[in-house]
Amino acid sequence: MRSEQARRPSWERPSRFTRVMAAAGLVFLHAPVWVIALYAFTTEDRTYQFPPPGLTLHWFEVAFARDDIWESMRLSLLVASAATLLAVILGTLAAFALARRTFSGKESITLLFVLPIALPGILTGLALLAGIRTLGLEPGFWTIVAGHATFCLVIVYNNVVARLRRIPPSWVEASMDLGARGHQTFRYVLLPQIATALLAGGMLAFALSFDEIIVTLFTAGHERTLPIWFYSELFRPRERPVTNVVAVVVVLVTLVPILLAYYLTRPDERGSE
Amino acid sequence: MAGRAEFSLQGRQAFYFALLLAPPLLWLGIVYLGSLLTLLLQSFYAIDEFTARIVPEFTLATYRQLLTQPAHIDIIVRTLLMATAVTLAAAVIAFPVALYMARYAGPRTKALFYVGVMLPMWTSYLVKVYAWRLILAKQGIASWGFEHLGLMGALDQALAVPIVGGPSLASSYIGMFVVFVYMWLPFMILPLAAALERVPASLLQASADLGARPGQTFRNVVLPLALPGLAAGSIFTFSLTLGDYIIPSVVGAPGYFIGMMVYQQQGTAGNLPLAAAFSVVPIVLIGLYLMLARRLGAFDAL
Repeated sequence: MRSEQARRPSWERPSRFTRVMAAAGLVFLHAPVWVIALYAFTTEDRTYQFPPPGLTLHWFEVAFARDDIWESMRLSLLVASAATLLAVILGTLAAFALARRTFSGKESITLLFVLPIALPGILTGLALLAGIRTLGLEPGFWTIVAGHATFCLVIVYNNVVARLRRIPPSWVEASMDLGARGHQTFRYVLLPQIATALLAGGMLAFALSFDEIIVTLFTAGHERTLPIWFYSELFRPRERPVTNVVAVVVVLVTLVPILLAYYLTRPDERGSE
Repeated sequence: MAGRAEFSLQGRQAFYFALLLAPPLLWLGIVYLGSLLTLLLQSFYAIDEFTARIVPEFTLATYRQLLTQPAHIDIIVRTLLMATAVTLAAAVIAFPVALYMARYAGPRTKALFYVGVMLPMWTSYLVKVYAWRLILAKQGIASWGFEHLGLMGALDQALAVPIVGGPSLASSYIGMFVVFVYMWLPFMILPLAAALERVPASLLQASADLGARPGQTFRNVVLPLALPGLAAGSIFTFSLTLGDYIIPSVVGAPGYFIGMMVYQQQGTAGNLPLAAAFSVVPIVLIGLYLMLARRLGAFDAL
């Protein structure tokens, strides 16, 4: 009787169904990325035949020799660097201004600081395009950067503001009481504390910009970032396996900063939260 | 003396505050809000039918065109149905994952699950869409899997269903639906896990002690407390589906979606006012959805 009661389903322990479904969910999320990795090595270049009839490194060589890919790669890296720099400056300023102060109208300002990632990207893209056309600007490098910086600054702001709120106000007070000037308090008390959050925000911003397509298609004009190259390749493929190789490279380029950002902002075990 | 010192400090603080806030605020205010307002303004202009130029005069003609043409209504309804289906499916698939990572996993497994959900979420959007095109293609992995499981007949039957079917998974609404669910699943799992983590274990214990079966506890305790997380996740899945134009154009059936219409109207069709009016539709739908969620009490437990 007692043992039967212990075996009755309850919320204390996960049911087998929950466990299987949770594992299946995780596999579902990861499998497609591994598929791409596999297809980068296939010897079949016309269809998406599975399993691949053979494996080769040939397509890496071909992709490496393609100038159009390097060109787009270079542009994407430049755009992401410029957008990240702008986003880090603007996002950090905003975080310092808004982390602790309360004032009337603060709610609408904080709302403004989430809007660019809360609203659908297509709206941001089309809005920027409407703005560019109204001002009579020529879409190009700087309009791409401006668009990316707008949503990247939100990422940086979120990261830095979360960290600033965790610093006890007494630290700043103690620094001031000991006679430190504002810039000294910033340099020796605040900066070491927020450095990793700043770095993480910057990395995420970089990854986000490097990979962005929805807004970029509206603001790029004739420029071809790597995602735009990829997008056009989806409709007019020149060499399918080369696209697969680029896909693997893109995943690796974005994965490294994201993993780094994760380890930098991981809640630390010393229990400061 | 002391009062004066305090006053000057406040004055200086206010000055520094303004100095900090001004650049980001001006950026978002001018570049972003300015653009959004321009967009809204454009939707109240119309295209001259003969010259194909935008006439900068206030008119509701574009909105009338948006809401009276049956083809446009079809697009809005199709997008709305897809967004609803995707949201429901994502919630069902996300629940066990979120439940396990929030309540049952040990610290190590939990960290593994969080990274495991976040990595695919941050992996290149286009690469993921492309991967699905490979998987769903005629000779791709999906049909290989169905064949080896002896389910090729079932797949053919599903594809033979009118409207949702098609010549292959990669060019049917079924395939598009799968891709949408896949793409937005992490956005449902994470807020749901956060909500489930906050459910006090004592409530579950009390419910069991009072004789509730697990199913009853689920309905009366877990689900109401998970509702804010479901609401937050569903806002993501709903709004992301409404605004997307890449997925329906890379994987999917010939029918248009709101996002594709926006992209096509501003581009090849050159009708920026109609594109602008179409882009207002997701905002209105999301607004209505938020109101509905609030009325159903989705935010009460917050």
